[in-house]
Parts: sequence; structure tokens; C-alpha cells
Amino acid sequence: MLRLLKDTLVSQVVTLWKVFLHAFDKTDTVEYPDVKPQMFSRWRGRIILSRDPDGEERCVACNLCAVACPVDCIALQKAEDEEGRWYPEFFRINFSRCIMCGFCEEACPTHAIQLTPDFEMAEYVRQDMVWEKEDLLINGTGKYHDYNFYRIAGKKIGGKDKGEARNEAVPVNVRSLLP
Amino acid sequence: MAKISVDGIKYEVNAANNLLQECLSQGLDLPYFCWHPCMGSVGACRQCAVKQYRNAEDTTGTLVMACMTPVTDGGLYSIQDSQAVDFRSHVIESLMISHPHDCPVCEEGGECHLQDMTQMSGHNYRRYDFQKVTHRNQDLGPFINHEMNRCIACYRCVRFYGDYAGGTDLVALASHHHVYFGRHEEGTLESEFSGNLVEVCPTGVFTDKTFSAHYSRKWDLQTAPSICTGCGAGCNTTPGERYGSLRRVVNRYHHDLNGYFLCDRGRFGYDANNSAERVKEALFVQAQINGNAEVPARKPLSATEAARQFNAMAGGDVIGIGSPRASLESNIALQQRVGAENFYPGINDDELASAREVLALMREPGLHCPDIRSLEQSDCVLVVNEDLTNTAARMALALRQATRNAATTMAAAARIPAWQDAAVRELAQHERSPLIILSPQGTRLDDVASDTFLGSVARQVQLLEAIAHCLDPEYSVSSRDPSLTSRAKAIAQALSAARRPCIVSGISAQSTALVRASGNLARALQKARKGDADAPVGLCFAMPEANTLGLVLLAESTGNTLSGALQRLAQKRADAAVVLENDLFRRAATAEVAQALAGHTPLIVIDHLHNAFNARARLLLPAASPSESNGTWVNYEGRAQSAYRVFAPAEPVRAAYEWLTPADPVLLPSISSEEILAQFADAHSAFAVLKDLLPHRLGLSAVMKSPRQLPRYSGRTAMQANSHVHEYRQTQDPQSPLSFSMEGVPLQKDASLLSAAWAPGWNSNQAISKFQDEINGELRQGCKGVHLLQSGQAQASYAPIVLPSEGDLAPYFIEHLFGSEEISAKAVAIQARTVGPYACIGEALAQTLGVAQHGRILLKAGERQVQLPVLIRQRIAPGSIGIYCAGELDRYSLAGGVTVEAVPEAPDLLLRSREMFRHLVISDSWQGRDES
Repeated sequence: MLRLLKDTLVSQVVTLWKVFLHAFDKTDTVEYPDVKPQMFSRWRGRIILSRDPDGEERCVACNLCAVACPVDCIALQKAEDEEGRWYPEFFRINFSRCIMCGFCEEACPTHAIQLTPDFEMAEYVRQDMVWEKEDLLINGTGKYHDYNFYRIAGKKIGGKDKGEARNEAVPVNVRSLLP
Repeated sequence: MAKISVDGIKYEVNAANNLLQECLSQGLDLPYFCWHPCMGSVGACRQCAVKQYRNAEDTTGTLVMACMTPVTDGGLYSIQDSQAVDFRSHVIESLMISHPHDCPVCEEGGECHLQDMTQMSGHNYRRYDFQKVTHRNQDLGPFINHEMNRCIACYRCVRFYGDYAGGTDLVALASHHHVYFGRHEEGTLESEFSGNLVEVCPTGVFTDKTFSAHYSRKWDLQTAPSICTGCGAGCNTTPGERYGSLRRVVNRYHHDLNGYFLCDRGRFGYDANNSAERVKEALFVQAQINGNAEVPARKPLSATEAARQFNAMAGGDVIGIGSPRASLESNIALQQRVGAENFYPGINDDELASAREVLALMREPGLHCPDIRSLEQSDCVLVVNEDLTNTAARMALALRQATRNAATTMAAAARIPAWQDAAVRELAQHERSPLIILSPQGTRLDDVASDTFLGSVARQVQLLEAIAHCLDPEYSVSSRDPSLTSRAKAIAQALSAARRPCIVSGISAQSTALVRASGNLARALQKARKGDADAPVGLCFAMPEANTLGLVLLAESTGNTLSGALQRLAQKRADAAVVLENDLFRRAATAEVAQALAGHTPLIVIDHLHNAFNARARLLLPAASPSESNGTWVNYEGRAQSAYRVFAPAEPVRAAYEWLTPADPVLLPSISSEEILAQFADAHSAFAVLKDLLPHRLGLSAVMKSPRQLPRYSGRTAMQANSHVHEYRQTQDPQSPLSFSMEGVPLQKDASLLSAAWAPGWNSNQAISKFQDEINGELRQGCKGVHLLQSGQAQASYAPIVLPSEGDLAPYFIEHLFGSEEISAKAVAIQARTVGPYACIGEALAQTLGVAQHGRILLKAGERQVQLPVLIRQRIAPGSIGIYCAGELDRYSLAGGVTVEAVPEAPDLLLRSREMFRHLVISDSWQGRDES
């Protein structure tokens, strides 16, 4: 009988005492949203479209993000300006389908599409989770500051002629007879 | 058959071919660039290196280029040998040295042979850090984009463009690493087959400009097997759709017909589908009260209202006018709706009469209608009147190849394998098989023709008769002209010396005498060749539209003609008229059509593009275009082929057969095209073979379908999210073997149909080799179509010919690849190549009239007068005048004969005509005094 009391009652009292002591511990709870958590810069949250160091849209509408997307939540259409630069006519992400896997960012050959540490994307209306290019495009380079796809690719665009990309010789003069 | 061993595995292969071709036939992956299944080997790119061993003891072996190595019986080869693998990876690395790092902004990306081969050869990282060679691009016209930086100098483009298609304005310029593929100066590529450069070029130097304007990656295009509706050749195509609009057309291999190549009308004419002139809603003319007056006004109706209105109007005694540019199903549906006795073929009476003559000839047992591949193999071709490059361009390309059969024969005698392309060409030089062209004006095949005869239709008929008389003295000539005798003898000799002679003509002249004379000549030739009975004489007639023959076959049971229908309308002997996809102003004289319209019979037109005729309809129903609806098309040989809809049009647009079939739009579901065809085949024994097109549609498809989308189709959950975040249900297609999804029988396994060619590691259209039973062989899946024409009884006697009477100035009608065909002419890119109406005269007439090049003349026919700009040509039949109607002039009122007068020159008009003629590719335009 005594043994039973010791096993049950005493154990309970000790437990209660320990719980009581926790009242004086330092709190782990963060007072969100008054206190914002510190996110890592590589955390995969809200997707943005960035601009190159010249301030132009980085996205060239190559469709690689769309094809890499496992939930097929990216749709876009290529357009081309008068001087040959490709850009998306529209660029749509259905965030209600997005699983923030970051495959689009890995697939992007121009560092245009990037995931950011912002996770606050809740909406009352699901339709509001469909974001268009105007919502996605930021005025900066995002995580990758120096890369400029068109400075490397050989395609001629406004402000960059043939032979002016990195490691390019001046265009061949077809009519020249010199070796 | 030879037995070879590749990497220790034994294969039975065809000893007549090269090693590369046989390796690919066996399904092995061996990278290549310069070799093309249709153009043979030149050994330019060095990419297909393999190891060849002398015998089983030889462990070292030698590196050889597979494409230049004939297969030998007992040969030992290795693709996987480390030295060969290493060699290939270095070759690709050197080819990629100056490649511009622009795959993301390249239209070829994702279906690029260079990407595939780079992957296959294992070149991943760039080691070359020096400067890349760059080139300036050229503007090559409305069809083709040029990006020379991407070139790897495989020479395929110039080999196709020049050697294969006979173009003269795309050449290799400069030398060594500066080599440049382009024109001597910027300008539109002249060849009618320039679009094939897109597929022939293994990389992105030549890309489709029209596709680039609304670009999507290959994996994002929804595709289905389809048939080109540009002319009656029946080429197989793969149109692709994205976001509800048609984006492009690429070639779909058909062993007997188009093979690997399409013409530019077929490739770029698709854009008519996205035209602003599409009929997008049902329009009904109602009297509207405007002030005190009642004014008729066109009002849009909903689909249900339109169907109700249609049923209300199309009751009683209704005339149905079918169309050669509508599918067989739509025509059948119309015929069943109005009854066979009220069904009229919507083509001109003369064209109909010619087509009926053609049908009779094609049923004759002694004669045989060659498919395009057989045309290529013919060793003597006589072209009668038809300007094939402009009416059935793919056939013209085949005839160009036919002239090379002399070279193949010479090569065989010299023991040079036929695939040794450069060697065979070097050997043959300008030796060609005979190609004899009878025509009223110079044609684009003249450069390979052995003999050309310029003459009006009547003169051509005379010559044909004279040839027939030479071949068979019993043949009595209706009118003899001694000046033709020597010529006729020479042609008769060439035809009778040939092993597989072919006579190719057409019905664009709408002359029964010409068809009969061609038929008589074929009979005479067959009679003269009685020793060679197992190789019948080839005789075929190009058809102007995709379903001309189908329509004529359908209307064969009755003697109905279009003028009969127009008379009934003019005399108000019908309650209503239903006109299916047809602009009757193009089919009959304007006065005749106007008279019929004046009868005020309620007119219902079902069409997909607005035109002058359907503007007069009381009810205009929006029809689905050929790529938006299923359909069967009967080509010039009488081969019926199925095309499947690529995408479903937006409401209220419906396939014409859907408008025509339901009795009640609400209670009865609309009938499917498969049901229409099956019921029709059951009811009509002549069309029973059509059921062979169906098992694919109804059998396996109940269990599992073929996907219209590639496995990596992207954006499903975002494409329509802007309008509605919940995904829409995929379009259902219960009867068809294809589904509007990416799920189904995996494409590369045993799908019954092939839409887009794709195989693992082979993203470009060259993946087609994975679906052929051998290279250049039959496709392992898919239906080749069924022949609707069966041989009938032998017709022993020759058909009587009435020589067409021609006045002093015999008009003939010019056809253009870009512009003559009604639908493709609405495509923006094609419009950039079209010209307005003009007249074509010879130097002599121009001098008599005192007209300068590109000046104007006044054309008079009866009371009709029209001023036309003039093109003076060197090669034109004496006493003839060519008229190009451009779909604007009424050819039927001019056909009877015209007189001309000079018109004083107006400088601004002259300038405008000169600008217009810039778009024309005419090699013999007169460069006389005016050009200075």
C-alpha cells in the first residue's frame, strides 16, 4: 500500500512541481506578428522576378521554370521587343498550387526567378493567390547581383551588338578575302 | 542482307546502306549532324565516328565515319569503344567552340538536334576561353529567322536548299571558320520550300519566324496528327496549339506522301486560323426598326439560339452546297441533312467536269495513280499544263528528285552507293532523267526540265494527241499540226524508253479536253509498252483543294452541278440554301451568283472566315477550322486520311458537321465525326473502306488513349488561373483515340497514332527515326489512309476530244503558292508574299501594245473591263495572256476570251506595281528597256 502511494502520488507531486518551475523559464514563443522571425536568406518562400544590373527584366521567357515546376503552376508567354530582346508577355504563378520547392530557381538560366524568405502569403480568397508579372517583378537583382545573361549570350539586343558579348570577336566580314 | 556486329551484338542489316543509317535503323543512338535520311552522306561533321575492326583478333581497330562507311557482311564495329566515344566528345566540343550561349532565347531550344547530340556525346562544360567567332544576321523574309552565330557548319541547309529543292539564293559564303550560310544580300528566300530549313538545320540558325512571334516550347504545344489543307497533295502535318491559338505546323512523316518535307504554304498558312477575320459568333440578319424604316441588321446569337434558328430555317426543301475545303464528314453531314438529290458540289462546273474525268481515269485498271514517293522514283515525267510548284508544291519537289534518277542509275553502274551524295552528284554533273513540261508559261521546274513546250491549252492538247499518235498509230488525231511532229516524236521516244514513266497534270485549267488528252496519251503509252505490263503507266492529276476529290466522289451519284443549284436559287425553287465553307464568288461567275442571291432564298452559310459571300448570308454559323475539328480528307490519289482536332474552339464555334447534325440542340447530343463516318461507310458500299480509318478510333481508344500533350506539358494549373483559379476540366473527346491530356499510352511504345515525334534523348523532329521500321521506311504505327478508288472495268477505247476553241488571245490563269489558296492567303506571313491581280504577257505583245514592264493594260471581256498591272515575261506561250486573279477577279467571266488595250502610264501606279512585283519569284521576267 505504501509502495503504491509512493509510486503514484509522489510521482504526481514531483511532476506538478517541475511544471510549476517552468513558469520561471525563459519563453520560447515568438510574439508573431509583433515579433518577426529572422529568416535565412536562402529560405524558400515567395517567388519574385528580378532585374539585371542594368535594370532590365532578367526573365527571357525561356519556359524552363515552367517545365521544371512539378505542380505546373507557372505559365508564361514569350514576347520580343523590336531589338530582339525576349521577355515574358505575361508571367503567372498560381501560388495556391506552389509547393516552394525551388526547382524554378534552379532551372532559371538567367537568375531571374528567385525564392525569397517571405512566407506571409495567406489570403482569404484563393483567386488572390494568382500572381501576375506586375506582382512578381521587383526593382533589384535579388540574391545574385552581378549576372547579366545578355552580356554573355551571343544574341543581339538593344544596346549590345553582335561581337560585344563576353569573349566575342568582332563579326566576320564575309566579303573579306583575308585568312 | 548483311550480318554485322556492333558492340558484340549481331544485327541483320541492309548492305546497300551506310553504317550510320543502319545503326539508326536498329534503334542505336549514334550522334550525327550532316547526314540526313533524305539527302545521304557527305562526311562533313565527323560526329558519327565509330570503331571498325578488321577481324575478331583485331583489338585496336580504326576510327571511321559511320555515315561514309558502307556496311559489309560480317563487319565488326563498336560505338561504345572508349576511343570512339572520346573522339566524338572532342568533335562536339570543337563544334561548340563558338556557340553563343543563347539556348534560353533560341526558338530551337528544347527540340534542338545540337542539344540532343551534345548531351549524347557527353560534352558538358566549356573549356575554350578564347574569343568566339560571330556573324551578322540577314533578314530572310517573313518566314525564316536567321541567327548565324549558332551555326556548326554542317552544310545541311545549302544541301537541302540548293541540291535538293533547287533554290539558288542560299549559299555557303567565305571560308574556314568564317563560313557563312546566307544570301548574297538580304532579302526573302525565294524557294517555295524554305520552311524546311527550320527542320533541316540541326541547330537554331534557321527558325520559324511566324512561330517565334507567338512562341512556345515544343513540350508545351498540344499536337495531333493532321492533314495539310493547303492543296490536294494530302501532306501529313503536326500543328501545335498553346493558350487557345494555333502556333505552328511541322512536318509529320508519311512514307508514301510528304516524307520529311512540306511546302511553305503548308507550313506557314496555319496562321489563317488565328486571323482577325475568323467568324467567332453566329450572326443572324434581322429586320430592325431604325426610326421609321426597317433596316436589316446583323445580330450575334448564342450557340443554342443559332442551332434553333438553323433548324427553323433549314426545314423543307433545302439546297445544300458542299465544299472542297471542308472535311468529308462535314460534306456527308450536309448531304444527309438535305438529301442526295439536293446536294450540290460547290465547285465550278468545268472544274467538276474535269474532276469527274479524272475519277474515271483513275479507276481504269491499266493506269496507276502514283503517290509522291512513286513520283520521285519515276524515270521520265511529262508535266501537262499544271504549274505544280504553285498548285501542289510537294509534288513539284518530288519531280525535281525524279530528275536525279539518271544520276542514281549512273552511280549504280559505277558502283557508287546511292547515299554517297557528293560523289553521285559529281559523277552525274548535269545528267538528268527526262522531265518534259508543257505549260503556257515558264515554271519553277524549268531549270531541271529536259524539254519545255510553251503553248496554250489547245496547243498542248494537240501536242498530247500527236505524242499519242506517235506511240499508237491507231490513235486518230482530231486536228493535225505538222509543226508538232518532231517534238512529239522526241517526247514519245523519251516516254517509251522509260521504265516507270509518269504523266502529271491537274485540273486547275478546268479543261476536260486536257484531262482526256492526258488520259489518252497514258492509254497509248500503256498500249505501246505491252511488254512491260506489270509496271503500269503513272497518271495523276494535282487537285486544287484538300478535299476536291472527296466532294466529287460524294456528289457522284447525282449529276448535280453548282450552276444547277444557282439556277434553283435564282428561280426560288428552294425553301433555303445551306452553303458549307464556301465562297461561291470564287466558284462561279459573279453575275450568276448575284442572280442566285437576288432570288432572296434564305441563305445559311457555315464558314470559319469572313468573306464577300458569307457577308450576304441571313444566318452565318461559325465553323471550326480544320485544326479545330476532326476530319477526313481525300487527296489527289483518292487516299482518305484522318486528321484529328488539335484543340477545341471556344464556344459558339463548332465543327460544321456538329451544326448540321443535331435535330434538337438541347435534347440530343451532337454526333461525333466518327459516328458520321461509320454510318456513312455502312450505308454506302463504295465508301465501305472508310471503316478502316475507324478501328483505331473506336477500338483500343475505349481502354487507353494517346496523349495530345507531351509528358512535360507545363503550366496546367496556371494557364487559365487568371480567369478562374480552379482548374477547368480537360476537353473530353470520347470517341477519338486521342485525349486532351498528357496521360495515356506512352508515345514511344505502341501508340496507334503519332502526333509529335519525341523519344528519350531525341527531342527534335529527327526523333522520327525511332518510329520508322527502318530509316526512310514505313512508320511502325499510324494509319496510312485508305484508297477510296477501286479499279473498275477496262476502258478499251480512247476518249473523244473536242479541241477547245481559242481566240486571238487565249487567257490562261496563273496560280501562286502564296495567295491562290483561299484560306492560307489569310495568314499574315503568307500575305507578305502575295501579290494583287496582274496580267502576264510576252515581249511581242508588249511591244505591239507599247506597254513597259510593270505598266498597265485594260482587259476587256464582253462588257467587263479591268485595268491590270503587267508583267512581261520571256517565257510565255505565243498568243496567250496570263491572268492572276488573286481571289479578287472573277476568272469565269474572263475565261471566254479577252482583248487588251494599253493604258497611259501613271508614275505612281507604276511605282506601286513595281513594289508589288518585288514579291514575285519569276526567273524569266523581261529585263528590257524599262529597267535602266
